Amino acid sequence: MKNKGDVWFKRITFLFASSIPFLLFILVFILLQKSLPAIVEFGPGFVFGTVWDPLADKFSALPFIYGTMISSLIALAIAVPLGMGCAIYLSEVSQSKFKEYIAVMVELLAAIPSVVYGLWGIFVLGPWLVKIIPGMTYGTCMLTGGVILAIMILPTITAISREVFQAVPYNLRESAMALGATKWECFKLAIFGPATSGIIGAIILGLGRALGETMAVTMVIGNRPKISASLFAPAYTLASVIANEFAEATSDLNLSALIELALILLVITILINGVARLLVWKTTLKYNPR
Amino acid sequence: MENNTQIQSKVRRIKEQIFLIAVFLCAVIAVIPLFSVIGYVFVKGIGAIDFNFFTQLPAPVGETGGGMGNAVVGTFILVVLSCLLGLPIGIFGGIWLAQFGGGKRGFMIRYAADVLSSIPSIVIGIFAYVLIVTTMKRFSAIAGGFALGIIMIPTVTRTTEEMIKMIPRSLYEAGLALGIPEWRVTLSIVFRTAWNGVFTGIMLSVSRIMGETAPLLFTAFNSMYWNFSIDQPMSSMTVQIYNYAISPFAEWHAKAWAGSLTLVALVLGITLLVRKFSKRVRYG
Repeated sequence: MKNKGDVWFKRITFLFASSIPFLLFILVFILLQKSLPAIVEFGPGFVFGTVWDPLADKFSALPFIYGTMISSLIALAIAVPLGMGCAIYLSEVSQSKFKEYIAVMVELLAAIPSVVYGLWGIFVLGPWLVKIIPGMTYGTCMLTGGVILAIMILPTITAISREVFQAVPYNLRESAMALGATKWECFKLAIFGPATSGIIGAIILGLGRALGETMAVTMVIGNRPKISASLFAPAYTLASVIANEFAEATSDLNLSALIELALILLVITILINGVARLLVWKTTLKYNPR
Repeated sequence: MENNTQIQSKVRRIKEQIFLIAVFLCAVIAVIPLFSVIGYVFVKGIGAIDFNFFTQLPAPVGETGGGMGNAVVGTFILVVLSCLLGLPIGIFGGIWLAQFGGGKRGFMIRYAADVLSSIPSIVIGIFAYVLIVTTMKRFSAIAGGFALGIIMIPTVTRTTEEMIKMIPRSLYEAGLALGIPEWRVTLSIVFRTAWNGVFTGIMLSVSRIMGETAPLLFTAFNSMYWNFSIDQPMSSMTVQIYNYAISPFAEWHAKAWAGSLTLVALVLGITLLVRKFSKRVRYG
């Protein structure tokens, strides 16, 4: 005979725990339901069209998908080498106390609110980039957005790569060292191989963060729904257009189109994070089965 | 022949040096933005901060003075509201996962929490908008707190589960051996022992939601007045900073920097304090 308190304790805690998938389910359901009018109206052409005109009630998503993709790719191009280098320094190279300070500071980089990065981007980063890059005339453009994103995803990429490197067993390093390898050769031969899928996971997780980041990008990317090949031209992202226009949507169709953009963003980030977590798990679980 | 090996070993050593210098430079470059952000926020913000900044309402354009007292209060009210939603689900959910979550259902719930944590916060804002703002037919602090609460759930759940799992099984068994019912053992012995770690996780997620702007834009919205009723639009530091930052007025920009200084001091202060007490938890 089980204790009555125990039975109820299990039931009540389960109720709270199961509300998590329940909330998730409602969230997806609501987004689907509310974007239905736009899906019906524009069909699959919504994803490929380039017109966004709230006054004419014509909506399509390509400029925003393009802006989101390109700004995130710029962010990766900067943050991946930098974050990897940082992670290698923290996990493989440095033994000094200095290392701990660097680790804390990179972690703090993640704690700074996005709106503060935006403010700093408008008044410090943008003007500085204009000064050092010839051909760049405005501080608010695709490139500034990408650079801000790079700074914001750097902690994610660093922290996870570091975790992945440290999951590689020590005897692999020791074998390489025993053969007389230099630190570079040791990294190249013994660590990089086993860590590859974990590193890819770290990169994709960083990408996931960059895609959904809203405020800082909105403040520096220029917010113009046009596809332009130039990185110095203003652009727009999925998250930014929602942030700017949602509270002031002019018609029901406009609102529905914005929610469809959110749905696209949701699907992309869920897919990307799913893949990334699988890859990180593969590496860390291979060597440290829990 | 010998000459050749010498050259080879020299090349290898140079390669190693380049590698070491490159990764060191990466580490140094990575922290430059932190110093730049904190430096600018401090230098530009400190001038506009005085006692009035925390006690007065925002001043209209052209008038000097004013502050964001209502936004500071608003942020704290929003944090309390979000804790009301996020903490019970996070803590009890985490307890269930740690104690009973071994099977298929546990995997599913853990997976759902992971997915939830990867959803962009602006999408969660839309969720809160559709669910609460359209039902109440106006922007409100409740909607804002709801959105922030959902953002808290995955972090709190995961840290609670991890912290409880770190408590040695023998402690749990010792409690049971004394004839104490399982639920009392779980709450009064295991959970209380794990509480320090759980608290760390809670504070980290509080500092994170304090800095959230996107989900508040169309839930809590903003307000230029003192407001203590949670069914009304409520201002927050982040939304206020955002509005000031994108305005064309220099005196508002100064206020944005001052607000940022307050916010950064709060958030980094919490993060550093919490880090001192526990080194195990990190951002999700």
